[in-house]
Order: sequence, then structure tokens, then C-alpha cells
Amino acid sequence: MTGTIGLLNDVLAGARAENRAALVGYLPAGFPTVDDGVRAMTAMIEGGCDIVEVGLPHSDPVLDGPVIQTADDIALRGGVRIADVIRTVGEVHRATGAPILCMTYWNPVDHYGAERFAADLAAAGGAGCILPDLPVEESDAWRKAAEQHGLATVFVVAPSSRDERLAKITAAGSGFVYAASLMGVTGTRESVGREAQDLVRRTRAVTELPVCVGLGVSDAAQAAEVAGFADGVIVGSAFVKRLLDAPDPDSGLAAVRALAGDLAAGVRRHG
Amino acid sequence: MPSDFFLPDPEGQVPTTAGYFGAFGGKFIPEALVAAVDEVAAEYEKAKADPSFAAELDDLMVNYTGRPSALTEVPRFAEHAGGARVFLKREDLNHTGSHKINNVLGQALLTKRMGKTRVIAETGAGQHGVATATACALFGLECTIYMGEVDTERQALNVARMRMLGAEVVAVRSGSRTLKDAINEAFRDWVANVDRTHYLFGTVAGPHPFPALVRDFHRVIGVEARRQILERAGRLPDAALACVGGGSNAIGLFHAFLPDAGVRLVGCEPGGHGVETGEHAATLTQGTPGILHGSRSYVLQDEDGQITEPYSISAGLDYPGIGPEHSYLKDTGRAEYRAVTDDDAMQALRLLSRTEGIIPAIESAHALAGALEVGRELGPDGLLLVNLSGRGDKDMDTAARYFGLYDEGVAK
Repeated sequence: MTGTIGLLNDVLAGARAENRAALVGYLPAGFPTVDDGVRAMTAMIEGGCDIVEVGLPHSDPVLDGPVIQTADDIALRGGVRIADVIRTVGEVHRATGAPILCMTYWNPVDHYGAERFAADLAAAGGAGCILPDLPVEESDAWRKAAEQHGLATVFVVAPSSRDERLAKITAAGSGFVYAASLMGVTGTRESVGREAQDLVRRTRAVTELPVCVGLGVSDAAQAAEVAGFADGVIVGSAFVKRLLDAPDPDSGLAAVRALAGDLAAGVRRHG
Repeated sequence: MPSDFFLPDPEGQVPTTAGYFGAFGGKFIPEALVAAVDEVAAEYEKAKADPSFAAELDDLMVNYTGRPSALTEVPRFAEHAGGARVFLKREDLNHTGSHKINNVLGQALLTKRMGKTRVIAETGAGQHGVATATACALFGLECTIYMGEVDTERQALNVARMRMLGAEVVAVRSGSRTLKDAINEAFRDWVANVDRTHYLFGTVAGPHPFPALVRDFHRVIGVEARRQILERAGRLPDAALACVGGGSNAIGLFHAFLPDAGVRLVGCEPGGHGVETGEHAATLTQGTPGILHGSRSYVLQDEDGQITEPYSISAGLDYPGIGPEHSYLKDTGRAEYRAVTDDDAMQALRLLSRTEGIIPAIESAHALAGALEVGRELGPDGLLLVNLSGRGDKDMDTAARYFGLYDEGVAK
């Protein structure tokens, strides 16, 4: 079975045809357990997310703030393995038909083997991978494997990226471009700054790929604001926080579904 | 006029432009840090070409740090090393008490040249943190030091020193709460504050250019020691030994001897409770290649590529990674690495204290324990050079508990 990059492209194009931004939700696999994680991600899609990013928890998440660090810790202490992450991608994809990406750090993939990881992710129906600490210069082996298995390689760009780097990065990427809204780690923020809008403008100048904005977006108002200038809105920590704060699994699922609904309304409200 | 103390770009020993030593090194960093890391590399290239940079560093090395550091022969200690002659390179006598100041002053000058006003750093034993806080006080820079919570407890004296020097010390409570986690937290700070902040990386690991840059600032150790031992002993040593955590003092010592094929280069890793127990931080002898903190090198990891929690009695060596150039030296066979247990290091610490009146850092005591072994292997004709990378004041609480030196009622 080949990966579902085509499905990812279709879903993003579909959102664009509806003149709205796509909604991308993130949760780490194995959090709070593998099966509850699958249920929560399924609820995200049912609530209104178009795309899900499944985090592969890492022992050293240097780009994550305290919320996702806590979730990763819970997942790793619960014994989550790469096989569980792949299974999560497959189950959520089969349950929802939505495009599912994997997001993680480079060492777990490198150690597992780029080719083997791409093959297994594709076999599970995955749509692609986001590897934020793998710079484009070091990405040849991964991109070759991803392309062969029908997977997108989503690169992250940052407000500090100069225009010539934006061109180089986006030329190597596929699926969409992940624009970091600010200089910092994951986590909810009070506001999404003008930096994000400027970065999206500069990125669009060098690529036809959809540009989705992540980092700091946590509510419908922010989602609507970002949807006004980007092709997609990525929300992670706010979903994780709903599960962390829930007194029991059922209310966590309800809170995740409700947030997805709010955000989905947000991305349709702009303009 | 050539510099006495700043000796960059040794012939034939520079990394590739992508930062590789053989298969190790590189630059595995988030896009948000690419511009900042490139800026460090560019500023360092400019500094190397600017004689005023070397002149300013030389002045600091002589008049602030107290270089060159002494070379001390330790005959009473050497009686326990199979009768071999043993010389210690006394980096413990540098201002702030370790080799760390060599790199810190160099990078502090780079920070000023880049126009940055804030410095962050990680620290394990606190020696790099103290040196960084010192340089920040000297140059009027704002300073934040990240230190694992476990280490703030076992190196409380150095926490107090950093705060006395005006630095903010942040106790890191994530992960294993040691050096690895302090580096993670420093990277998170850097990503968010990169405009005005320099990450003054403390060892020869991290993304390119740090492994080469930090090494260049420490090469003075080996260059001085090579000259000194030739004068004093009339020949090159049979072996040069140093402890390895991230590997900065070892690379500093080894480098001048790389072309001297007859000089064995021996890195002493923290064997903790013994490598067979799994409680150790012996990255080169027990690890496998992987990516941690921005470069490819040997790391301690499980089969899913998760970094495993290291252990050592020594906070400065308690790290599951290693500088990429050491991985290269291991794989090429030019250097050899062996694990030294907590117990052997502590015995060597007490032995040097009682035979020579020098209390070494627990980190450096790993190299001393290695020298006892290698000396016995070589016999009375042997000649050993050991880098005494730091002094042991900071470790007196750990040592007092280990050896039962506190009066009853004093120990908590």
C-alpha cells in the first residue's frame, strides 16, 4: 500500500475550493494511552479537523513547550513504541478516511531506518511526515524514501528564515509548508503576531504549496484570524491541554471534540 | 604576531563545510535556529581573520585566566601507577577552577562582536556555568544558566557562585533532570530569544560550528602541555589521558598529539556503577550512532531511538552524548576510550589528594583512575600526561558523604 499524499493534497485543495482554511489537529500517540489516543484523534476529525498530525513522542523534545512535554512523558512512561504510533496512524485513518501525518524528531526515524519508517507509515495509510529538527540540507535520504512510498515531506519555516532559504526549503517539500507563527516552542499563546502573516506572505511568494500556520493557536478567534491569511491552521497544545485537564477519559474526548468544532467554525468565519 | 593561545584550524583536522568529522557531526537543528547558528559560524570566521580578536583573547588568557597553566609531576601518586612518570596538566589552576574558561572567554568575545546582550548556557557540574557567569560579569552581559535539578543539588556550591556572579540559575525539572535536560531547556530558550541571545555552548558537541569552535578555544591545553612535557621529560608521553563527558577537555588535550602516532590518546568515560549494571554514561564504549543536540555522534539510546537516562556520580560527565570528533577518533582508532567506575574515580580522587595535596574534580578523577590502569600496563618506563581539568572544591559534599568525612550530626 502506498502513502496517501494524494489524499492530503485533495483535502487541502478542497478547503481552498470552499474558500476556507484547513484545520489541522495534533496529538501525541500513546497519550493518555494508545487506544484513548486513537479515540481522541478520531474525535478531532469527527469534531471538524480536516487533517491530523500524530506525534511520535521523543525523550528529548527540544521544540516542545511544557504541555506537549508532559504528554510525551506520559506516553513514554506508558511504554509507547514506534509500532504503536504506526498503528495509531492506521486506525485513525481507517476510522475517518482523513489524511494522517506523523510528526516527530529525526533520531527515532533515523534509528528505525528512514526507508523502513517510510514503508511502515505508508502501509498504515499515512500521508506524510513532519520532522522539525531535520534541516533540508540533511534530508536527502528521508525525502527519497518518502517520495518512493507516496508520503509528503512537510518542512517547517520560521520568521527568521530568509527569502532564499524559504525558496530552497519549499522546493524540497511537499504536501504543505508548516509556517511557525513565532520564534519559540509549542504552546498556547495569547495572540498570534504579525510575524506569522509576514512569513506566510514571503512563503507564498516562492511556492505554490499551501501554507499552514502553527504554534500558539488555541481558540476559534485565533483560528479565524490565521485563516484570514493562511491555507491552514495547526493546533496542538490546546488539544493536549483538554486531555490533560479532563477529570476522566470521556469528558476529555468531549472537550477535544468541542474544541475541534469551535476551531472548525473559526476557520470558516474569516473574511 | 601569531597568537600564543588561540590556535584555530589545525591542518588536516578541520570538519567539512557541512560540519562533518567522517560520518559524525552535521547540523540537525530547527529552522528557527539556522540563521543564528549560521551567524555564529560567520562571526567566528571573521574573528579568526581579525588579529585584534586573537590579541584580546591572548591578553585575557594571560592576565585574567592565568595561562599558561602549570605542568606538575606527581611522583608520590605515580608510585601507584606501576612506577610510570605522571605529569598533570593543571587546568584546575585556571581562574574559575577548570578548563571551561578557555572556551567561555572566546565565545564571550564573539557574543560582543555579534552585538548580543544576553548569554545562556547549560551546565552539569556547574564549571561551565561558573565560567560563563564570570565572563558575563566581566563583559556586562545578562546571563541565564540552565542546570538539571539533580545537579543543582549535588553541586550547590557552584549554584551559589553563579548567583554571586549575577547570573540567573534555572533548575530544570524535565527528563532525567541532569545535563541533557539542561541543554534541551537552553535550546528552547534560544529559539524564543535568539535575536539578542547567544547560546554559549559548553562542550565540543552540538550543531556545527560548535564542535570545531569549542575545540579551537581548548587546543591551547594540548599545545602547552606538549611543549611543557618535551622540556621536562625530554620526550613525548606514551599516553595522554583525559575524562570525557561531552569531551571538551579531552579534545583540547588530544589535539596537539594527533599527528604523534606514538602517543596513545585515552579518553576515560563515566562507568557509573559499572557498565554491566546499565547505570553509566559510557557513551563511546556502550552507545550507538544517533542524533542528539544537533549532531550525529555516539549516543545512549534504546531500540526506538529514545535517549536513555545516563548515570554518573560526576555531574559533569553525566551525559548520554559525546562530541562528534571523539566518535570519529574512536572509529578511526586514533583514540581509545575506556569506562571508569564511580568507585575507581573516587579512590583516585582521594589518592591524589593524599599523595600530592591536589584535590581534583570528580570528573578529572576519572582520568586519574585511567592513568593508574594505563601506568600499570606500561610499567616503570612509562610516561603519562593527564589533564587535570578541574579542581574538586565543588565536589566536597559528594566526597564527604562518599567517604564519611562529616562529623556525626553534620551530614544531612
